[in-house]
Amino acid sequence: MSEPIHVPTVAELVAKGEKPDVLFWVGCAGSFDERAQKITKAFVKILDNVGVNYAILGTEESCTGDPAKRAGNEFLFQMQAMANIATLNAYEITKIVTTCPHCFNTIKNEYPSLGGEYEVIHHTQLLQELIDEGKLTFGSDPFKGRKITYHDSCYLGRANGVYDAPRRILEALDAELVEMKRCRKNGLCCGAGGAQMFKEAEAGEKEINIERTEEAISTGASIISANCPFCTTMIGDGIKHANKEGEVEVLDLAELVAQAKDL
Amino acid sequence: MQYLEQILFVIVLGLAIFILVKKIKKIRRNIFLGKAEKINDNKSTRWKMMGKVALGQSKMVVRPVAGFFHILIYVGFILINIEVLEILIDGIFGTHRVLSFMGPVYDIAIGFFEILAVLVFIACVVFLARRFIAKIPRFHSKEMKGWATQDATYILLIEIVLMVALLKMNAVDQVLQEKGADHYIAAGSFPVSQYLTGFFNGFEVSTLIVFERIFWWFHILGILFFMNYVPYSKHLHIFLAFPNTWYSRLQPAGEFANMPEITNEVNLMLDPSKADPNMPPPEKFGVSDVTDLSWTSILGAYSCTECGRCTSSCPANITGKKLSPRKIMMDTRARAEELGNAKEEHGSDYHDGKSLHDMISQEELLACTTCNACVDACPININPLEIIFGMRQYQTLEKSAMPSEWAMMNSNIENNQAPWQFSPSDRANWTKDV
Repeated sequence: MSEPIHVPTVAELVAKGEKPDVLFWVGCAGSFDERAQKITKAFVKILDNVGVNYAILGTEESCTGDPAKRAGNEFLFQMQAMANIATLNAYEITKIVTTCPHCFNTIKNEYPSLGGEYEVIHHTQLLQELIDEGKLTFGSDPFKGRKITYHDSCYLGRANGVYDAPRRILEALDAELVEMKRCRKNGLCCGAGGAQMFKEAEAGEKEINIERTEEAISTGASIISANCPFCTTMIGDGIKHANKEGEVEVLDLAELVAQAKDL
Repeated sequence: MQYLEQILFVIVLGLAIFILVKKIKKIRRNIFLGKAEKINDNKSTRWKMMGKVALGQSKMVVRPVAGFFHILIYVGFILINIEVLEILIDGIFGTHRVLSFMGPVYDIAIGFFEILAVLVFIACVVFLARRFIAKIPRFHSKEMKGWATQDATYILLIEIVLMVALLKMNAVDQVLQEKGADHYIAAGSFPVSQYLTGFFNGFEVSTLIVFERIFWWFHILGILFFMNYVPYSKHLHIFLAFPNTWYSRLQPAGEFANMPEITNEVNLMLDPSKADPNMPPPEKFGVSDVTDLSWTSILGAYSCTECGRCTSSCPANITGKKLSPRKIMMDTRARAEELGNAKEEHGSDYHDGKSLHDMISQEELLACTTCNACVDACPININPLEIIFGMRQYQTLEKSAMPSEWAMMNSNIENNQAPWQFSPSDRANWTKDV
């Protein structure tokens, strides 16, 4: 293990009279959920390694309001949104990167009409940019020839049309991408969106995450790559349900990149 | 005698148009039961969208088999209607094949229409087979029982009958032309119906004329009947697909509109200087009835041809949950019809006390993951998600009807700034061991 990394907060930078180029919006899952924290840490290690001038809000960050909105509670959503916008605007934030496609979608699409206008990108887009600019390079190719499938999250894919950036990262990792039948625009949901993560599913024949995980496993890939902390949890549960732990694992693209760079 | 036939034709045509216009006005009225919303931005994008998706069938061919046969019927329908124009002129003025003055162009056109008629016939048979022999699952969901499946079958059968009538009419006309019958000038080419003349060859000219008239009348009466059947049917998509794609949502699919009435309430609490104190508090939040929907949602409901691509791509439906986006659209149309009729009977201020929630259950609404698969799958850009989401907002905001886990989640967000019960002061704890 290398030296511990210090993760700067915006408040800290401002106190020194500095400003981050980009704010890393961590999100609730990335902050609190054990599985998602690994994604957060992997991403921070990459940012640190490449030397991106970033910062987080730390304890000043608050839920974007996405799950409240999708559960129909528009009032709570707007309360959250306005409070977050006040914080972001006070720090004069102009560019935001998130590791969660739900935070990404909400801040990018639903904050502007409430007074929060920022350039918002998803972490897979930032990683792809860094690869394109030659700032993120891979010496050895630890994924060469490894079969990896990719799960399109609904809120990055259909909701915002981002299909290529994550696939370009896999290309750069020299992995063999094996697509599922339902991919890109036809991608099947993991079952967590629309605040479903926070309640039991309605009665049916099957859980959505099991349907999706079975499809992913049937590609023969040993790694299911994802871009969303909720999809990662749902597919992780699906792998357990299929008794495939140890054979198949679900990893966020940030985790793959961090692994490839031995971070 | 000849004038009698012309007079009869004009009366029948006038009656058919009269009934049609009356029904169209009702549908228009029902669509505008929805909330007024002015959409005239990005006109060139909208025209392009309509050209690509409705005229160009770009989303139909995502499923290649259905897409291919649908294009046959679609092209056949549009082009064969050029011949209907001739039939109308002939009917009114007592002429016969009035457009034949175009000579070789006319001959080629008639020949081409015959080939199209055969292709339409084949496509309709294939579609019936997909429904009733291959039993493709999306045609046999719960909401397809009864009228929905009858409607689909009638449409295919009517189209088959119309195509056969067209070919038979040409066959007998051809025999009359060969026998040099008065009035039946030699015109057209008959690549298909030339093989159907056998039955007619043995008859006298006078009998053949009766046959020809029967087929001619059968064909045009069939078309006029079909024209009046369409507005009662799912087949309305042949016209409404065009406005429906023109009025498509152009925002990113993930953007769910922010309710301005709530923005004002929130501003009153957080920053009164930004709020409009004169804005009256809203009567209702969310969607309880079709009158709370945007008019474009009701337009979508009338445009839906119940193909079920939405339902067959819905993760909730695939895994056996009750939600079916197609049913949402069918219920919306049924409710708009019901309320429209009630208002017609009792006056426009009347409300029958029923709502869309009587038809669509909370269980259906709660099963939606807001994944947008249904929206993307629709070949003509209908958006079931907007209706589901608006109705969910009503349940949550007006009825406080939600699963207890969601109530818990909401209170966590309110108190802990996260959907789980963690202390907000621990939010950055992960930074300690990176």
